[in-house]
Amino acid sequence: MLRIAKLPIVIFAVFIITFPWIASQIPAINHYTDIMVFAGIYCLITIGLSLFMGYAGQISLGHAAFYGIGAYVSAILTVKYGLNPWVCMCIGMAVTAAVALLVGAPSLKLKGHYLAMATLAFGIIVFIIFNEETEWTGGPDGMAGIPGLSLLGFDFSSVGRYYYLVWGIVLAAFVFTVNVIQSGTGRALRAIHASEPAASAMGVDVSRFKILVFVYSAVLASLAGSLYAHYLNFVNPSTFDLFFSIKLLIMIALGGMHNIWGAVIGAGLITFLSYEWLYYFEEFEVIVYGAILLLVTIFLPKGLAGVPGIVKGWFRK
Amino acid sequence: MNFVEEENILEINRVVMTFGGLMALSNLNFQVKKGSIKAIIGPNGSGKTTLFNIITGSFPPTKGTVRFKGRSIEHLKAHKIADRGISRTFQTVELFGNMTVMENVMLGCHTQVRTSFMASGFVLPQSRRKEKRIRENALKILKFIGLADKFKDSADSLPLGEQKLLEIGRALASEPELICLDEPAAGLNETETHMASSLIKAINAKGITVLLVEHDMKVVMNISDEILVLNYGQKIAEGLPEDVRNSLSVIEAYLGVEA
Ligand SMILES: Nc1ncnc2c1ncn2[C@@H]1O[C@H](COP(=O)(O)OP(=O)(O)OP(=O)(O)O)[C@@H](O)[C@H]1O
Ligand SMILES: [Mg+2]
Repeated sequence: MLRIAKLPIVIFAVFIITFPWIASQIPAINHYTDIMVFAGIYCLITIGLSLFMGYAGQISLGHAAFYGIGAYVSAILTVKYGLNPWVCMCIGMAVTAAVALLVGAPSLKLKGHYLAMATLAFGIIVFIIFNEETEWTGGPDGMAGIPGLSLLGFDFSSVGRYYYLVWGIVLAAFVFTVNVIQSGTGRALRAIHASEPAASAMGVDVSRFKILVFVYSAVLASLAGSLYAHYLNFVNPSTFDLFFSIKLLIMIALGGMHNIWGAVIGAGLITFLSYEWLYYFEEFEVIVYGAILLLVTIFLPKGLAGVPGIVKGWFRK
Repeated sequence: MNFVEEENILEINRVVMTFGGLMALSNLNFQVKKGSIKAIIGPNGSGKTTLFNIITGSFPPTKGTVRFKGRSIEHLKAHKIADRGISRTFQTVELFGNMTVMENVMLGCHTQVRTSFMASGFVLPQSRRKEKRIRENALKILKFIGLADKFKDSADSLPLGEQKLLEIGRALASEPELICLDEPAAGLNETETHMASSLIKAINAKGITVLLVEHDMKVVMNISDEILVLNYGQKIAEGLPEDVRNSLSVIEAYLGVEA
C-alpha cells in the first residue's frame, strides 16, 4: 500500500512553526524567514506539479503562466478596481482553472515531447500577453501598489505573519495532496503513469484524471501567484518567464519527482540557492542550475527524496 | 455447458478493421453465448488481438457493430466499456509495475467503487469506508488467484507466470460479465499452464463469460465450449471443439494453412 508516513509530516510542521523563532535568535540568518516566504510560495506550486508530473507521469513547461495569471488577476483587480484581495485571489483561481481546462483538454491528449511543447508554447504566449497588454498589465514595467493582506482587522503586513499565512496554506495543500495520493484517485494517477491502455481497460477515465490534476496543479500555482503579488506589492512579467517554469522542473527533479516530499525539499533548496547562496553568481546562476539538473538526472534519478532508500539499500547488503 | 437459454452476451456484426492498406479483420460475424467459454485461434497476425482491442474499446472498428447485452458499444471509449462489464488482459503483460500486487487488484475495483477528488483530499468518512471495501475485495481476489501472500510485493518483481495471474486478478476485480483473455498461457511452463486452465474454468464457474485467445491447443480443446478460427482476419471455421478439430485437419491438408 502506498502509505506516506505521518511522523515526518508532524516533524515538518513543528519545524515550520518554530523556524521564525530560531531564525530570529541567530543574527546571521535573521532574514531567512523572508526567504522562507518565497520558499513556501514555490512549494505550493511544486506540490501540485509533483502530483501532475511525478505521480501522473505528465509534463508541463507552462506552470509559470498559471503562477502569473494568479498574480496578475490579483494585481489588476485590486489596483484598478479596488476589489477585496481575498475575492481577487478566488477569482484568480477560478480564471486559472478555466484557462487550464481550455488548454489542458486538447493538449493532454498529447504525450511526452508533444505535451512539453504544447505547454511550453502556452507559457510563452501568456508571457507575451503580460508584456504586451500594457493597458492592463503595465507591460514590462509591471504594476506597483498592490495592497497587502488582512483578515478581519488582522494585518499580515509583517514578514513573520505573512510567513505563517503562506506556510499554513502550504501545509494544508500538502496534507490534501498526500490524502489524494493515498486514495483511489492517487492509485488511478499512478496507473495512468504506468500504462494508459491498462488503466483505461480497468475503467479509469484517463483524460478526465489528467485534466483534473492539471487543473488542480494550475490552481495551486495561481494561489501562489496571488500570495506573491500581495507580499511584494509589485509584479512584473520577468517573474513568470519560461526560465521560471524550468526552475520549477529543477526543483522537482532535485527533490525527487516520485515522492511528494521531493516537492518540498526541492522548492526549499532552490529558493535558498537563488535568493542567498548563489546570489553572487548573478548571470552564471543558470549554469549552476544546469549542472544541478545534469548531476541529479545522472546520479540521483529519484532526487534527494530517494537518498534514504539508497542508504537503506547499503545497510541491507 | 451452462448456457442460459442460449442467450448471446456479445454479437460481432460485419466488423471490418483496416490499418492503412492492411485489412486486419474483414467482415467478421460471430456471437458469444452468455456463460460460455469461447476460444479464438489462428496464426500470428490473423487479427485476434485486434478483435480484442475493438471489443474493449482501444479503438473503434472501421466498419460494423459490436453489441454487448443487446446494446452497441463499438463507439464507446475503453473506460466506458469497462463500466459496462467487459474486462481484459493483455498479450504482453501490462501491469502497473510501479504499484504493489495488492494495489494492482485494488485499481481493478475502479469500476465498482469510486471516490471523488475532493472526497479523497479531505478524507471524508465515506472515502475511508470505500477504501476499506476495496481492500477487502482485492484480498478476496488475491486469495482466489493464489497470490495473497505476495500482496506487498511490487508487481514487476513477480515471475511471468504470476504476472499473468495477477492480470487476470486485476481484470476480475472490475466484476466483469465478460472477460477477454489474450494468451493467458503464453510463456508459462506446464504446471503454470495447468493452473491457468483451472483458474479460467473457475472464473467461468462463477458465471463470467470467457473469450479466450490462446495458441496452446491443449488448453483450448480442454476448456472451450466453442472455437472460432481466424485466418488473415477472416473466419475460416467455427463450432464445437471436436468439429473444429476435424475441419482444421481438413483445412490444413488441403490448403496448407497452419492454424
Ligand atoms: N495498431 C495497429 N496499427 C497497425 N497495424 C496493426 C495494429 N494492430 C495490429 N496491426 C496489424 O494487424 C494484423 C493483425 O494483428 P493482431 O495483433 O491482431 O494479430 P494476432 O492474431 O493477435 O497475432 P498474434 O498471434 O501474433 O498475437 C497484423 O498484421 C498487425 O501487424
Ligand atoms: Mg495477438
